[in-house]
This record gives sequence, structure tokens and C-alpha cells, in this order.
Amino acid sequence: MSIEADAVRHLAEAQVSVELETEDMTLNIGPQHPSTHGVLRLVARVDGERAYDVKPVIGYMHRGYEKLSEVRTYPQITALINRIDWVSGYANEIPFVVAAEKLMEIEVPERAQYIRLILTEMARISSHLMFLAAYPLELGAGTPLFFALRERERVLDLIEGVTGGRFHPNFNRIGGVKPAAGSGSTSRKVAQDLPAGFLDGTRFAMDKVLSVCDDIENLVAGNEIILARTKGIGIIPKEIIAAYGVSGPTMRASGIPFDLRKVENYLPYDRFDFDVPVGETGDSWDRWWVRFEETRQAAMIVQQAIDGIPPSGPLQAKVPKVIKVPKGETYVRAENPKGEMGYYLISDGGQGPYRLKIRSSSFSNISILPWILEGALVPDIIAIMGSLDFVLGDVDR
Amino acid sequence: MARAIPGGGLVKGLGVTITTFFKTVFMPGKYLATINYPVEKETPVPRARGVIALDQDACTVCMLCARQCPDWCIYIEGHKEELPPATPGGRIKVRSKLDRFDIDYALCMYCGICVEVCPFDALFWTPEYEYSEPKMGAMLHDMDRLQGWLETVPDPPGLEK
Amino acid sequence: MDAVVEIFGNPWVSLAGKVLLVALIVPLSAMVLGFAEMKVSAKMQSRVGPYFAGGRWGWAQLIADGVKFFQKEDIVPDDADQPVFKAAPIIVLMGTVALLVVIPFGPGLIFQDLSVGIFYALAISSISTIGVLMAGWSSANKYSLMGGLRAAGQLIAYELPLVLAVVGSVIMAGTMSMGGIVQAQIDAGFPFVVVQFIGFGIFMVAALAELTRIPFDMPIAESELVMGYVTEYSGFRFLFFFLAEYANMFTMSAIAATLFLGGYWLPFVPESTLDYAGPFILIGKVLVLTFGMIWFRWTFPRFREDQLQTLAWKWLIPLALANIAVTAVLKVVL
Repeated sequence: MSIEADAVRHLAEAQVSVELETEDMTLNIGPQHPSTHGVLRLVARVDGERAYDVKPVIGYMHRGYEKLSEVRTYPQITALINRIDWVSGYANEIPFVVAAEKLMEIEVPERAQYIRLILTEMARISSHLMFLAAYPLELGAGTPLFFALRERERVLDLIEGVTGGRFHPNFNRIGGVKPAAGSGSTSRKVAQDLPAGFLDGTRFAMDKVLSVCDDIENLVAGNEIILARTKGIGIIPKEIIAAYGVSGPTMRASGIPFDLRKVENYLPYDRFDFDVPVGETGDSWDRWWVRFEETRQAAMIVQQAIDGIPPSGPLQAKVPKVIKVPKGETYVRAENPKGEMGYYLISDGGQGPYRLKIRSSSFSNISILPWILEGALVPDIIAIMGSLDFVLGDVDR
Repeated sequence: MARAIPGGGLVKGLGVTITTFFKTVFMPGKYLATINYPVEKETPVPRARGVIALDQDACTVCMLCARQCPDWCIYIEGHKEELPPATPGGRIKVRSKLDRFDIDYALCMYCGICVEVCPFDALFWTPEYEYSEPKMGAMLHDMDRLQGWLETVPDPPGLEK
Repeated sequence: MDAVVEIFGNPWVSLAGKVLLVALIVPLSAMVLGFAEMKVSAKMQSRVGPYFAGGRWGWAQLIADGVKFFQKEDIVPDDADQPVFKAAPIIVLMGTVALLVVIPFGPGLIFQDLSVGIFYALAISSISTIGVLMAGWSSANKYSLMGGLRAAGQLIAYELPLVLAVVGSVIMAGTMSMGGIVQAQIDAGFPFVVVQFIGFGIFMVAALAELTRIPFDMPIAESELVMGYVTEYSGFRFLFFFLAEYANMFTMSAIAATLFLGGYWLPFVPESTLDYAGPFILIGKVLVLTFGMIWFRWTFPRFREDQLQTLAWKWLIPLALANIAVTAVLKVVL
């Protein structure tokens, strides 16, 4: 009897002390995935729902911009580079033409600078509205997508009315903006100045953008579920930002109040009054909020610029027909909607650059992914990636 | 820990959705954001870059557009013709005549450099966009088709102030 | 359904007729509710929704979708567990079809008025959970596996608030048969939601979770897991999942309407007309409840899995238990 009792007791203890052995799973998130903003591939070792050791694999969209720039002329490159960050088309052309103008030592006329500024801020509004649309969709809410895209269409239609293209405007020229279509000597030359109705259309569109910002605020900003999904998720401290070179709204959300629009003078931002929103903790909620406020500020900048634009003036400085940039090298950086974008231009006096190095913001922004996704849950991976707001064209160039 | 009790934020969100619902149902003229393509079509702005039209008479086969195109999608062939002199004993005029002018819209990136550099204003933008084809080879528009697009070139929009 | 027996005389033929009718309600309700979802969600987003299929309203959109799914190629992954993979959609649909048997459409218009009606309904609806697990595991796909595991946790966790929320209504009615519960509301003169509003709220939240609709959409989680446990299904098998989801919306709303909102009865409608007006009243209440489900789906994002579980275990179950305690005490006292 006692032997049986002993045996039963041993058996019971043996059952309790068996350990559960689990294996972790290698999950490939992407490159074809609804939420990776392009063809980003994350190789994640996942244990249950928690991911360890996330490695991004990039390069699926490498198009060879820097090599391509070596064999193209300056006007051709201006047509190509607005495709780097295709969401904010116009903003990609600006640092490049400013770099070439710096080497040629040309001064851009004032009306052209105002037009450049208006279109750049519209590109910023367009890019941030796309973020405000897509980020709640990744979290599961389907409706802010349509609200934000509805107003984004207005802005894109305005850009199209001026430049002819919604995403790829190709409106910058070295020395200003596009002066005339057809540079021949016939009488059919058409000036490419602002079309009739642009100023009133812009005022209307900016009012609508501000009102949809209020709508999105009511729909998203107070929503407890969104707050639960984004507050405290993916906190990036200031030292990590500095270490990895993260820039743009992600940097400002972590509490670093640095905005290139206030520091550099590639466009006349110092004439306008706008705030730079700075976050506090650096979690995903702050990143959303910084971009949301930036949309409002950009709409206000456009309103001020519309009121202050000089009524007439040349659209391009006097430049020779065939543009040859003198020898030299320069680096110009600008505040793109996604972050800091810089062009390092080395010219040897020819019709095209000798070397164009593109410092794209999203490439540095996603370099923190292995650090920040360590130990994150799988749904949080999606929330964090969405809040970094990168575009693969910008990453891979 | 989720603050999972439905609070004011959730109710506000519900309010936004339901007001949009009623606005779209009862006042579609003002609040409906989409149009029913292909029954209704939006007119694009005059400067929209839809397709490129060619004015054959103005072209002098200078090849500037083909050279400046970043994608090399313009194929031009021409030959020189001699015209008799206007007055007897005068100079023989040599004029270039266009044999082939094709734009391959499968390669074209709609940048507009060709339109801009043409010294004789032979190329124009038109906002036509409905020319998609089932076969990619049919996206090569030849000379006559490009001439046909010329009718759709809109008048340039008036300028501000 | 005695009328049906009288018409046909033969109980076997009438049984076949009942089975056919039950089976017919599933695609019909799925089509109507699917179309409602498309149109309502479109209007909430300043769009039009289906427009061209079948005339101006696009009412034939879902019929066209059904035909489209029928004629698709039946793709079964090589690595998938074949019998389990093929059986999973059928099991999920079976749970829904079996639920329709106990829903009272009118006095006497119920397929089978079981004396343990609501108990049977809740038990049968758990069979769909097994189907979901089978689908998640047998597709040889890591995303499906993750979706299936999430579904396992979620569906089992939300069974409890569902059941406990119902108990309050059963206590007030004194019987578990569905027809009896509606009769108790008619006798009492008011629908039970007036008193059992907490139970109603918990039931609707738990029903949304059982249907894996947003905000409890983690098993499907379209932006993360592509389609969760349904990823590898295409064509006819996907149609089964689709039908099951929308028909389940119908049945869950019908159960909620029966238990809390008075079923086929409205306070000011005379009882003699309930034979004819009953089904319409019930369907009207179901449409109102499904409008609410669609409204919630398109407004809210989704909860994360652990937040979902916290909601169920730490908030809904204690609330439901408190509701039962208070109802029981008041029933004895009053």
C-alpha cells in the first residue's frame, strides 16, 4: 500500500516538473505585406507574440539614383529625383537645385522663392495627410483614411494645376521655377506662372485641410483604443536618436527641438511665423501628434505665403541655355516631410554632376528598427513601423 | 493595462462617423467625395500631363527632344530634302523631313523635358489620359497618332493677377 | 412550424423543408448584411459604395461576388493538412446554421422550440471556435498559425462574458426556451433591456469579439497578418468563411434582440398581428443592431491581444457576475 502511495506521489511530482519546451519561429514580415510601406523585409525571431532579434533587409527597391545621376544632365536629374520619396514629390527637388544654385552663385527671384515655398509646404501637407490616413489603417481603423485622402486630393489638384503633375511636379529649374513651356522663338510660348484661381483655391483648400484636421482629432486623438495602442509604445530616448542619426518628426517627438526650416536658409522661412511642435516622451503617440500639428502649421504657413506673395516677377534667374555648373562641391540639407534630406553635389564643370550623394531621411530613420523592436509584440511592430513614417523609395533610392 | 471602458473619446469618434454618414446620405452634392467613373468623368486641369501631341509641320528633326529625354523613349528618323530655289539662280534650300516620330509611352515618365526644350514648339501637353492598351507594344504612338492628339490640346489657363 | 407539418403531412418531408429553409436563411442574410455593410461603410467615408451591379443601387453586388467565388480555382497548399484544411470552413459554417434553429421569428414560428434553447445556442456557437483553430493550424503558413492561436485565446475568453450576460435575462424570464423568454417579456410589458442594460452591453461587446470584428479583430488583423487564419483560403472555401461571418452577425443580433429587446414583439403592436408582423419586427431589430456593429467596425481601431484579454477577464466577467448577483437578489426580493 505504501509502495503504491509512494509511486503515485512520484508520478504526480514527475508530471509537475516537466518543462515546456518551445521553439521560436522565424517570421518574415514582408517584403509583400500590407503594412511595411513598400518592400521592406523584416526577419524576426518570434516567440509566441514577442519578437526578438528583428533584422531589416532592404534593397528590394534600389533604383541606382546616385549612379544614374552621374550620366544625366541637371534638368534630367530634376525630373528623376522627385521619385525618391514619392509621397512628397516636390520637396525632393528643392535641395538639389539649391545645391546647384549655390555652386553657380545664382540668386533666385523672390516670386519664384515664394512659389517654391508654397509648393513645398503643400508637399508637406500631402505627405503628412498620407501618414494620418495610413497609420490608423494599420491599427485597424478604416475611416480616417478616407477623410484625410479626401482633403489630400484638393492639395494634389492644386499642385497639378500649377505644375502639371500631382506627385512628380518637375517644376524646379536651376535658378527658379519653370518659366515657360517651349523655349523657342515662336509666339506660342506659354508662361508657367500660377494659373488663375490658384490663390482662392488654395485658401479654400487650406480651410478644408484645417477642418479635416479637427475631424481627425475628434476621431483619432481622443480615442482610447488608439491611445492604448500607441502610448508608451516604441519609446526612443534622445541619446539613441543622436546615435543613429534619426531626423525629422521622429526626432522632434523625442524632445529635440531642431527644425532645419528655422536653421537653414534654403527657402525664405524666416519671413513666416510658425511653431515647431516638439513631443515629450518619444513614443508612437508623440510621433503621431507631432506630424498632426505640423500639418496644421504647414497650412498656416501656406495661408501666410499666399497673402504675402509678390504679385509679379520673373520666375527664373538668367541662366544659360545649357547649364554647366562650375567645379566645386557643396552639401545642402533641407527639412523634408520625412526628415532631413541632403544632397552632396560634386561638380567637375560638366553638364551633369560628377557625383551626387543623396542622404535620405528614411534610410537613417529605419536604422533604429533593430534597437527599437527588440522584445516588442507583433502588433506593436506594426504600430512602431507605421509611426516612423518611412517610404522604401527613400530608403533604397 | 488598457483603459478599456468606453469613454468620451470613443463616443466622439462615433459622433464623427455618424454625422458623416447622414451628411453623405442626405446632402450628397456637398459631401460626397467620389464621382462615378466611367459614367461621370472629372475634367483634368489644363496643365495636367496626360499625353504629348506633335505638330509635324513645326518639327525640323533637330533631335533635341530625343537627346534630352531621360528615358530615350522618342525615336526619330528623318531625311533631308532639297527644294528648288524660290527665285531662279538662287540657293537650293535643304529641309529636313520627318519620317518617323514615335514616343513609347510604356517608357515615358511624363517629365516634360522634351516639350520644354523643343525650340520650335512642336510638342504640346494635353490632359488626355484614357489611352491604355491591352498590349504593351501598342503603347508606342506613331507620328499620325501623335498628330491626332493635337486637337485635344487645351488653351493655356489664364494667369493669376 | 406546425403549419409546415400540416401542409406536407409527412413529418420527413416537413423536416426536409425546415432544413432547406434554415440553410436558405444563411446566404440570404449574408447577402443582405454584406450589402448593408458595404453601403453603410461607404456613406460613412463620403463614398458611394456598390453602384453598378444590378441597376442603380448595386444590390446585386454580393450575388456577383458569390458567383465570382464559385468559379475560382480551388487552391489547397501542398503542405497543408488536407482533410483538416477542407473541413474547417464547413465546421465554422455549421455552428452558425445550427444557431438559427432556436430563433423565434413569431409566436410559434420557430424551427424547434427547445426547452433549453439559449443553452443549446451558446453551446453550439462554440463549435465554430474549433473550426477556426483547425483553419489556423492546417494551413501551412506562419501567419495563419498566429491568427489561429490569437483566435483560440480570444474566442474562448469571450465565451464567458457571452454566457454570463445571458444569465440575467434567463433569471428574469424564468425559462431557458427562447419562445418562453419572449413570452415572459410580453407578459412583463417591457423588454428586458430596460433593466438588463449592463447585460445587453456586455452581450453586444462579447458578440463582436466572437465574430472577430473590429475592434476585436486580432485573429484576422488585416494589416498585420494579411488575413489571419483565412489567408490560405480562396474561392469557395473563403465564401464559407464569409457567409459564416455575416450570417453569424445575423444570428447574434437575433439572439440579442430576443433576449433583451423583446424579440418579435413591440409594446404598442397588438398581439394578434404578431403572427404576420413578428418576423418583420425581429428583422427590423436585427438590422438596427447590425447597423450598430457596422458603425463600431468603421470607427474604431483594433485592440491588441493582451488588451483584449484584459478587457474580457478583468472587466467584463466581474461586471457580468455582479449583474447576475444583483438580478438574482432583486428577483427574489421583488
